[in-house]
Amino acid sequence: MVAQAARRRRRTGRAGGGVWYPRWFWPAFALPGVLWLAVLFVLPLYTVLSIAFGTIDPLFRNPLPTWNPVQWDTTAVRTVLERTFGDDAYLGPAFLRTFVYVLCASVLCLVIAYPVAYFVARYGGRRKGLFLVLLIAPFWISYMMRLLAWVNLLQTDGWVNRALTATGLAGQPINWLDGRPVTVVLGLVYGYIPYMTLPLFASLDRVDPSLLEASRDLGASRLRTFLRVTLPLSRHAILAGMVIVTLPMFGDYFTNDLLSGSPGTAMLGNLVNDAIGTPGQGTQGAALVVLLMTMLVLPMLYYVRSTARATREGRA
Amino acid sequence: MSSTVQAPAPAEAGQPPEARAARTPAGSWWRNPWRKPRILETVTWLYLAWSILPVAIAVWFSFNAGRSRSTWQGFSMRWYWGDQALSVWHDPELHRALFHSLRLAAVTTLIAVPIGVAFAIGLDRWRGRLAQGFSFQVLLAFVTPEIILAVALLFLITNLLDFIHLGTVGQVLGLVTFQLSYPVIICRARLLSIGSHYEEAAMDLGASPAQALRRVLLPLLSPAIFASAVLVFADVIDNFVIARYLSSDAATEPMTVKIYNSARAAPTPALNALATLMLLSSLVAVVLGFLVYRRLTRGERRAAGAGAVGDFAGNL
Repeated sequence: MVAQAARRRRRTGRAGGGVWYPRWFWPAFALPGVLWLAVLFVLPLYTVLSIAFGTIDPLFRNPLPTWNPVQWDTTAVRTVLERTFGDDAYLGPAFLRTFVYVLCASVLCLVIAYPVAYFVARYGGRRKGLFLVLLIAPFWISYMMRLLAWVNLLQTDGWVNRALTATGLAGQPINWLDGRPVTVVLGLVYGYIPYMTLPLFASLDRVDPSLLEASRDLGASRLRTFLRVTLPLSRHAILAGMVIVTLPMFGDYFTNDLLSGSPGTAMLGNLVNDAIGTPGQGTQGAALVVLLMTMLVLPMLYYVRSTARATREGRA
Repeated sequence: MSSTVQAPAPAEAGQPPEARAARTPAGSWWRNPWRKPRILETVTWLYLAWSILPVAIAVWFSFNAGRSRSTWQGFSMRWYWGDQALSVWHDPELHRALFHSLRLAAVTTLIAVPIGVAFAIGLDRWRGRLAQGFSFQVLLAFVTPEIILAVALLFLITNLLDFIHLGTVGQVLGLVTFQLSYPVIICRARLLSIGSHYEEAAMDLGASPAQALRRVLLPLLSPAIFASAVLVFADVIDNFVIARYLSSDAATEPMTVKIYNSARAAPTPALNALATLMLLSSLVAVVLGFLVYRRLTRGERRAAGAGAVGDFAGNL
């Protein structure tokens, strides 16, 4: 009996603890994915480095990668850095503009998304499902479709101008699409705000209402309850939301192309896209991508770590 | 609400400000702890209108009888198939773009979901530093801005793996890399909540590891597999950056790229019609996905909250 029970105890150890399964059993499942990411995620990123630190074929003007890090040529990266921060800084304004636009757009996203997420999470009631469907809907509408919708509305004879002229707010139609920073920033907000609303909703929905009641019972005002209880509890979601809307904005070039098309509002993504499309500038394009990656690696790591932590805590 | 409060006496100078506020209707409405959150509700509805109406207007104008995208000239199906030269059905370029998008979405889903599900199972059960590293890599691929991955893949294919052709093959490889994280993340979340007890029970009853996997684990995992397949399909239909960089010529340009190319070049409502079809394909996928998901998870729903929609959304 005792021996049997002991064997049983041993056998009911964690699955994957090597009790029942051959050692190779679980790693074998991960193998295809591991190989896929090695060849098509890690290797491409290394290729970008090799091209950014490589040379240009003098004859065909196509970039030549230098695979060996010892022989890396820093000319292209130095050129990009000089043009960004040095005296001959024609990339500098675009860098600054990108930061200003992304900052404005992500703060607007937060300011608009927070009350919406808060209302649906706390007061959604029986209509929560409906609200949620409407909040998620933009995810399933292509970004291009949503931009096209705004191109239609913002045309010179579009509905926005008609409303403005009909109400007398504007004397004559405004050409919204000829390179206005306002249009680009609002386009970015419109495009990426769903990525802010949903994590905020998920976090605010998990806030235990009894905590808020306790705070009110103990004499805190509404505002104080919000500032001292709700806001701290959603701090991680705010940060994660900011990161998740900011990352794609830094690489965005199509919002600008469709809503402005003017070099006067060009962002980092436009610089990369233009360099990739121009013969002889491949190396510079790669250097810009390396710069972009260097800038974004910290927020990316922050997001990955906070997601991993949230998963551990949420399921523990 | 405030209307039920008695008519206020004129505020007297000697009263403390709180008492004065309590006696005016607006003040008592503001101080009433059970008042309805009117302001938040208004903000939410305005937000929903702002996020959905522009798209609804674009869809509406795809049925316009005339060429305008802002003046309604009567209902017709002209831009879908009525027009012999310019409608989506008869313009070979738009027609091809529609089918290319659907093809990319189907093939990518068929490749990314099996690899991703196996990857998730492998990573969940295979413990140790190596597995942690690969999980980290999956999350990193998830947050890498698309433009970085797209440029990197373009350089990889043109400089190193030149036996891979740009066009459909290159696009599928790139899209699978970009989408692989979704099934991994979704299935891992589900695996964590399933735990290993069911498999242990199956093996106590004499099942082999392979049988336990096939007969117990995969059926339990099926809602997550399904949700991730729907997500990948709808997301590939909407994909723009990777599909554009890895396309070879006009024949391999999906719908999003067509919209990008012609949105600012005096398009006809046929472009709206194409965008509407794109919207329809992802919505059909998601709604079907939701219905099947609800069926698969019958009886295991949380008692409170937003019900199946919330669960399904939580998977996204």
